[in-house]
Amino acid sequence: MAGTAVRRRLTWQVATVAAVRDETATVRTIELAPPDWAGHRAGQHLDVRLTAEDGYTAERSYSIASAPGEPVAITVQRLEDGEVSPYLTTELRAGDELEVRGPIGGYFVWDADSAASPLLLAAGGSGIVPLRSILRHRAHSGAVVPARLLYSVRSWPDVIYRGELEQCAGSVSVTYALTRQAPPGWTGHRGRVDATLLADVAWPIGREPVAYVCGPTSFVETIAEGLVSLGYPPQLVKTERFGGAGGS
Amino acid sequence: MSPISRGFHGRRSDEAATPGRVPPGQYVTHDFPVLSAGPTPHTPTEAWTFSIRRARDVVKSWTWEEMRALPAETVTADIHCVTRWSKLDTQWQAVSVDTLLEQAGAEAAYVLAFSDGGYTTNLPIDDVSGGQAWVAFGYDGKPLEPEHGGPARLLVPHLYFWKSAKWVRGLELLDQDEPGFWETYGYHMYGDPWREQRYAGD
Repeated sequence: MAGTAVRRRLTWQVATVAAVRDETATVRTIELAPPDWAGHRAGQHLDVRLTAEDGYTAERSYSIASAPGEPVAITVQRLEDGEVSPYLTTELRAGDELEVRGPIGGYFVWDADSAASPLLLAAGGSGIVPLRSILRHRAHSGAVVPARLLYSVRSWPDVIYRGELEQCAGSVSVTYALTRQAPPGWTGHRGRVDATLLADVAWPIGREPVAYVCGPTSFVETIAEGLVSLGYPPQLVKTERFGGAGGS
Repeated sequence: MSPISRGFHGRRSDEAATPGRVPPGQYVTHDFPVLSAGPTPHTPTEAWTFSIRRARDVVKSWTWEEMRALPAETVTADIHCVTRWSKLDTQWQAVSVDTLLEQAGAEAAYVLAFSDGGYTTNLPIDDVSGGQAWVAFGYDGKPLEPEHGGPARLLVPHLYFWKSAKWVRGLELLDQDEPGFWETYGYHMYGDPWREQRYAGD
């Protein structure tokens, strides 16, 4: 599990909100223009700090949604009992200032330059965000490694980046699992990802794949353990989890 | 100077309800979130050992039964995760690291905790001795669940919780500080939540 040393100071800076875009009824993408951004890798996150008039502050971490080389963007899901996400998804608008620092994280990352292994991406809900950065990075770099995405989401309207995922369907095989509600005529998987679906979607171990799994704890536990039981070496199953209150 | 976030008021219930207990930048959660970099290992206790090593040589090692036969205590502590949740008054059943270091006759300046799955994290010896660190095998009166680090995890509640290595299998004694897993990826070498030492340079 040795990694490349990434040790430099991360300072807070005031970014301008360049644009906001609603992805679903509860999810919004926020494009940022920080004055000093060294560039990020696909899969990294950044920190956001909000300051109230009396100096009270709240900080959270969010996965970066854009690919390396693109303007930095985050995609935030509104949690009704959250403190920061309702502000970011309803109050914040283009032209506002937002304090950020980053990029952060060097393990749950994918670099097109060094990629040879087939990619298995598995997302639960807003766990799609860092995987979308990976997919865009792969597309931009012309990487030829094959990729499959398994995306578990409550219902069709809850699919984040739906149009974009449909467009990349030619080069990425996307499999949805709709856990709560399926539209009329839905022929795809209904319910949570089970062992059969996972075995269908996962690259055979002989292809020496690498897996990135991101989502709520229960999803990540199920997928990661399922992949290990299919023979994936644990060190090739990279996970990022958000717990009950995580990322609120 | 941080700019005012127009229209942001904040929930700010935590500090009012629990003054002096929530470090800067943290919020209180009542869940127990899970964070780890890979799949959850499942080491059966029959195959489990805890070792104190120096230069990879085992100085002293305990089986699960030997560990459980050592004097245990109930530890009540507030824990603080670098991802910003804090959980107050958590209760653990644990063996003090003091007991282990003493039985091993171990002397060092630093330790590198190592775990199943390859995880490591570094700590000064002064932070894992003097009644500040434990090997915990119980949570809330029950065996520690694998997703929370069971069968046993390190518990060092005064530092950010990534220092409390899950699935811990031992301590490597070091004369000089060496970065562990997250520290290599840019997280702070020491990790004091009260000084908000999240990342290198903080």
